[in-house]
Amino acid sequence: MRAISYTVKQAFSQIVRNKNMSTASVFAITAMMLILGMFFTIMVNVNLMAENAQEQFDTIQVYLAEDVTDQQGIEMTAMIKNIEHVKDAVYLTKDDAMEMMKERWGENAYLLDGLSGNPFPATIEITSDDLQYEQEIAAELDDMEGIEQIKFYQEVIDKILTITGYIEKGALALITVLIIVSIIVVSNTIKLTVHAREKEIQIMKYVGATNWFVRGPFLVEGIIIGFIASVIAAAIVGFAYYKFVDIFAAKFLILFSSGMVPYEFIINNIVIIFVALGVCIGSLGSILSMRRFLHA
Amino acid sequence: MIEFQNVTKKYGNNVAVENLDLKIEKGEFVFLVGPSGAGKSTCIKLLMKEIEADEGKIFVGDREVTDLPNRLVPAHRRNIGIVFQDFRLLPKKTVYENVAFAMNIVHASGKEIRKQVPQVLSLVGINTKAEMYPHQLSAGEQQRVAIARAIVNNPSVLIADEPTGNLDPDTAWEIMDLLTTINEKGTTIVMVTHAKDIVDRMGKRVVAIEHGKIVRDAEGAYREDESN
Repeated sequence: MRAISYTVKQAFSQIVRNKNMSTASVFAITAMMLILGMFFTIMVNVNLMAENAQEQFDTIQVYLAEDVTDQQGIEMTAMIKNIEHVKDAVYLTKDDAMEMMKERWGENAYLLDGLSGNPFPATIEITSDDLQYEQEIAAELDDMEGIEQIKFYQEVIDKILTITGYIEKGALALITVLIIVSIIVVSNTIKLTVHAREKEIQIMKYVGATNWFVRGPFLVEGIIIGFIASVIAAAIVGFAYYKFVDIFAAKFLILFSSGMVPYEFIINNIVIIFVALGVCIGSLGSILSMRRFLHA
Repeated sequence: MIEFQNVTKKYGNNVAVENLDLKIEKGEFVFLVGPSGAGKSTCIKLLMKEIEADEGKIFVGDREVTDLPNRLVPAHRRNIGIVFQDFRLLPKKTVYENVAFAMNIVHASGKEIRKQVPQVLSLVGINTKAEMYPHQLSAGEQQRVAIARAIVNNPSVLIADEPTGNLDPDTAWEIMDLLTTINEKGTTIVMVTHAKDIVDRMGKRVVAIEHGKIVRDAEGAYREDESN
């Protein structure tokens, strides 16, 4: 306990004594985390879109024109069932389509409530024997009347997955670079305090201080810097995403036929990721800066 | 208490200490003398395990220093107090804090610190200046504070590396009297020095080192031809 209170006291006084550099490193880490946060929110949203798309394209979706009645729709469904390689076909009225979307989006479903009218067309959902026949089935449907659009493309799913993969890899590479830069920034800040106390450290070593006793205050200094930066960054990202969802969720829905990842999910994850990362960057930076001084 | 057994230390091709054998008993007061670069500082660094011996064994108390794992080095150093020519006090801490600092390091309780520090400060005769900063003190007073810091954790050995090197003769003698008092209380003292007159007048054991070897080990004076 004595050791802990001594260590924490020292750490705080070091930060205050060195406040310009401490502030600079807090900002550097915060900036890094903001970029990280941006990528994180983009990634989880792209993933959600990809998942939704995958579900949608699992079947052949036949969107019917507005003027087709339910009666006609049911007849068309019966005809489709007779096409070769069609395993099953289900008719969904406009209301059914809406319900299904709500179900699929789960907790995002409230986003649909804000829409004026029902934007979803009546749909015939076709399951094929095998995905490879989808092209053939679609060709058969081309002649039918009252069909607005046919969506099935397996290629679309592949394309989405490839793009998501690229985005993920690019983000990962950038984030790695940013983390390394942050560690260097923290380690340089702490090197300054270490330097200012070099004489003291030398005396501590002579009197028989353990390495951890010497390192402790600097380690805590790094952790505090990382922690403050992560809290600031989490607050900014959380607030920005909250505002963004507020303004754009409805438009997003129409544009990408996918809802946005809910705010709660983002903020919970961002806080955990940022704090863990901030503490790691802070401690690693300080341990690196101490190495040289602890040799003797 | 302290024993060097056939110790050799080289820096590249430079031999700092060669086949050194030395035994110092508990409670002794020993002067380590010799020209600059003879190997005196190397001996002290080896004792503190600041550097490693190439060959041979070193014992302090019942510890074999040469075989000590790194994690036990702090415990080993707590058993050795050290005083330098340039005092090495922390300028932004008061006299009291400079001494208490050494006790913080060994995780002493606040109660122990409040009891022990004033005692040691009055032992070295600086208790009235406890709240002053090092720059407000004379050189002799600063060295007293450094000695207080070195002995506050009750080490069994006190190493003094030219403790009178920056002091005028009168002050140097005051410091020697203080070291004698500490020695009489049972602390083994090893003092590295060039101060011939001090060594001559103290009449203690003198170990002379030249070119990394002990050239003389006898009680009495700085040089052989002057010993009785």
